Amino acid sequence: MPDTVSDGEIDRFVRDLDREAEGGGYHLNPDREFTRGLVRGLLTNQGRYGYISCPCRLASGNREDDLDIICPCDYRDPDLFAYGACYCALYVTADVEAGMRAVGPVPERRPPPEERERQKEERTRVGPAPGGLKYPVWRCRVCGYLCARGEPPETCPICRVPRDRFERFM
Amino acid sequence: MQHVPGVDRGRVILYALSTCGWCARTKEFLADLGVGFSYVYVDLLAGEERDRIVREVERWNPRLSFPTVVIDDAKVIVGFQEGEIREAVGA
Repeated sequence: MPDTVSDGEIDRFVRDLDREAEGGGYHLNPDREFTRGLVRGLLTNQGRYGYISCPCRLASGNREDDLDIICPCDYRDPDLFAYGACYCALYVTADVEAGMRAVGPVPERRPPPEERERQKEERTRVGPAPGGLKYPVWRCRVCGYLCARGEPPETCPICRVPRDRFERFM
Repeated sequence: MQHVPGVDRGRVILYALSTCGWCARTKEFLADLGVGFSYVYVDLLAGEERDRIVREVERWNPRLSFPTVVIDDAKVIVGFQEGEIREAVGA
């Protein structure tokens, strides 16, 4: 398995991730050496599995089973909200990036395999349910961006305004 | 399983991933404490050996998350918990 990743590859990928993150209102961990280590892990997993599986979780090697832990994982945003960092601390919130808040260990929120299987079946069963929405819908009061999730995003991906500019829409 | 020599504070085993930042910090932390410990990178294992070690980790930590530190087959510490690790190895 090709586990060797060059410093140049890491630099390039950190730059790409940083640009994408900032463009979408997300932030990479400002601890550059720590972030480079995680990005090395992402590229190592790219070489091993063919996708950038979470470096802090044990991948199965089966893309279908690992879909929820391909970075950015399904759990990033709830963990950013709750802990100021994703499980790996590759992504952090703005106050963490600014050094105004420290991050501690983030507990694993990925459900065990049986529960993931159950949730997957549930998702395939549930169609569009008007009147019985699974998530609240949030609306950016500045640009009208709508999203259905537990909490509004930290920053609007469209117009860059902060969370407190969102209102409950549905 | 690799062994890092140090002061004997019981059987200290670190289950880790070679790609994980918190695993690396935990390994450094144990080394800095100067305690002897063994570690294994579960992501680098394959086949039956991997299955065996995965079952072993699951026995201590059913969520199969990393790092998992097991001390004397009794105390389990999940995640990079400096205070807990320090206390558990009495360093």
